[in-house]
Amino acid sequence: MRRVVITGAGTINSLGHSVPDTLEAMREGRCGISDLEFRDVDRLSIKIGGQVRGFEAEGRFNRQQMTLYDRFTQFTLTAAKEAIDQSGIVFSGDTAARSGVVLGTAGGGVSTWDDNYRSVYEDGKNRVHPFVVPKLMNNAAASHVSMEHNLKGPSFTVSTACASSNHAMAQAFQMVRSGAAPAMVTGGSESMLCFGGVKAWEGLRVMSKDACRPFSANRNGMVQGEGAGVFVFEEYEHARARGAEILCEVVGFAMSSDAADIVMPSKQGASRAMAGALADAKLNASDVGYINAHGTGTAANDKTECAAVADVFGPHADDLMISSTKSMHGHLIGGTGAVELLACIMALRDGIVAPTIGYEEPDPECALDVVPNEAREAKVDVALSNAFAFGGLNAVLALKRI
Amino acid sequence: MSISDRVIAIIAEQAVLEPSDVTPDSTLEDLGIDSLGLVESIFAIEEEFDITVPFNANEPTASDFDISNVAAIIAGIEKLVSEKV
Repeated sequence: MRRVVITGAGTINSLGHSVPDTLEAMREGRCGISDLEFRDVDRLSIKIGGQVRGFEAEGRFNRQQMTLYDRFTQFTLTAAKEAIDQSGIVFSGDTAARSGVVLGTAGGGVSTWDDNYRSVYEDGKNRVHPFVVPKLMNNAAASHVSMEHNLKGPSFTVSTACASSNHAMAQAFQMVRSGAAPAMVTGGSESMLCFGGVKAWEGLRVMSKDACRPFSANRNGMVQGEGAGVFVFEEYEHARARGAEILCEVVGFAMSSDAADIVMPSKQGASRAMAGALADAKLNASDVGYINAHGTGTAANDKTECAAVADVFGPHADDLMISSTKSMHGHLIGGTGAVELLACIMALRDGIVAPTIGYEEPDPECALDVVPNEAREAKVDVALSNAFAFGGLNAVLALKRI
Repeated sequence: MSISDRVIAIIAEQAVLEPSDVTPDSTLEDLGIDSLGLVESIFAIEEEFDITVPFNANEPTASDFDISNVAAIIAGIEKLVSEKV
């Protein structure tokens, strides 16, 4: 079994258009959630979200690319470039032949579906652009990353709702650890902030109209975000041989299925995923200093997640820190685990734990150290990143300081 | 603008060329328009003239629409436009 390290990170989300900008916002506890701006927003009852501002696709991509890139692909390519540039890895020869791209997304090209349904249903048009299918397909982003960066190994897209990018990164981790690939580009992206995307979520009645306040007694639901997080996972010796900067090590993962309910979370399923990740990484519960929570800000998730942490960690649950950065960037659905991995990297590498902002009232059912409102300096050796999806599909990653 | 000029403008835009560089005997291959580019051009032509071009990308040669060069395409479009009620 090979060791796996992260040598590059990239992102775009409502907190920033790069990793340094995003980490700065997390350190400062800044909120990226604000009033949504897009067509027909006045017909929505949910009008807030973590929307990416000031992103101009024109100029970044040429006209031909623009006809093929949905917003979720644009986000992915932007984040992938930052990650691969930072890594300095060059995909050529054998490295290119064996390295691939595994990305998560829940909805793929949601705004492409939305725009074209509007065109044929509302505007009564009978013809759509020929590239609607290649633009909206869930694997479009992974494919364009492979083309742009010459990645010719195993590439595919994972779609497990809110756990998509954690499942994707777990796959990439396995491929590098097993020796199947010297490096993998991995993470996820989502762009559902359009009329149809938000309208669908409204239907569930789990969305907050004012803010995402994970673990706070007065929390009243989740807030959607958008963007991408992309990483270069690389075999340790491969990275060392080329003198790459190592951001942290990925040491384990586990996936579990609740096999219970299509939307309600399960303490057992979440516990098994966290305990499984520790076992896979050969770590003790007491080694963990920080957990980046799934922490959606819904009544059900947060209390179930805290109960699961208490079960897995026992008395150590009171010593570790757990925060939800969704309070700042919103819930990026299929891309969320990737952006949240940045908070784990910041904790391990920089010794700064991102806060849970918007925290107003303690909840006895969430009685853990949720790092309320302000970032904290702390030496963290091991961090977990949780993702628990609708459908009861869970994926947890374990990371270690290097 | 004549039908011919409008078709040439669409093809030129797809090929990222000046309309003056698109001549009647140019083939799509000469202009560097690949199969996706062809489908996109046909879409643009259908939108421009509000017609339906009988073109199947699976069997371009079997379609009842000649794409062997720019002149053939223009002739085909002129016929479709004239048949439009």
